[in-house]
Amino acid sequence: MSDLVMTLLSVGVFFNFAGCIGLIRFPDIYNRLQASTKCVTLGTILILLAIVIHFGWNSISIKAIFCAVFILLTAPAAAHAISRGSHRAGFPLWEGSIMDRYRDDFPQKPRE
Amino acid sequence: MLKKVIELLLLLGIWIALVWSIQVADVIAGFLVSLVVVLIFSDIFPAEVFKMFNPVRIFWFLLYIPVFLWAVIKSNLDVTYRVFHPEIPIRPGIVKVKTSLKSDIAKTFLANSITLTPGTLTVDFIDDNLYVHWINIVSEDPEVETKIIVKKFEKYLKKIFD
Repeated sequence: MSDLVMTLLSVGVFFNFAGCIGLIRFPDIYNRLQASTKCVTLGTILILLAIVIHFGWNSISIKAIFCAVFILLTAPAAAHAISRGSHRAGFPLWEGSIMDRYRDDFPQKPRE
Repeated sequence: MLKKVIELLLLLGIWIALVWSIQVADVIAGFLVSLVVVLIFSDIFPAEVFKMFNPVRIFWFLLYIPVFLWAVIKSNLDVTYRVFHPEIPIRPGIVKVKTSLKSDIAKTFLANSITLTPGTLTVDFIDDNLYVHWINIVSEDPEVETKIIVKKFEKYLKKIFD
């Protein structure tokens, strides 16, 4: 396993780790989605890139590239669906938030 | 009809890449599966994609990829910094920004790009208005927000899809 592959794997795992820490440390669901979506997307793509470099140009690499493209397309869509669903279900933003223009336009019902 | 044939060839290409074999049996199986998928799901495939077969649009798309990847890397470093900082320096909130893009596929790309770039996450998209959760609000003026969040991608996506 070459140095480049090891570096890519380490950086990828580090970003995934940062995403998980953010999931615990951030105060509300919207901030947690920020951490999990961004860090986990890049972290996983770096790990897949390490696979491509390690195995060279064959069927495993093609599958890794397809995975990377689909993660790039679906991770933001999932984050959008979860955040929109939570807001409509009545989860408020963290108390320290500056403003909520979405609540101004679509009033939230309090949760029962 | 032409649209369905192009879709079929596209799916068959993906099938062959995934199976990684050009034996007759594999290609026939891929052809049958692609045919079933095209017959059922042809309508939800966005027709605007076919505008992409145009050298000028492909050129701008290739220019857009490094801009996008650079933004993704910056956003990761930004979030990592906020995660490991002892005091968690965030000023979150949901802002409303406007876009001038027209086609659905351009809007989809814009929303996805915004989600993967520094500190922003698209919550909802209604007509021309994007509701964006921003982790570190620097201004309460909608004009400035639109400039910071939307403009850097809009100029590329306009040339690619509109």
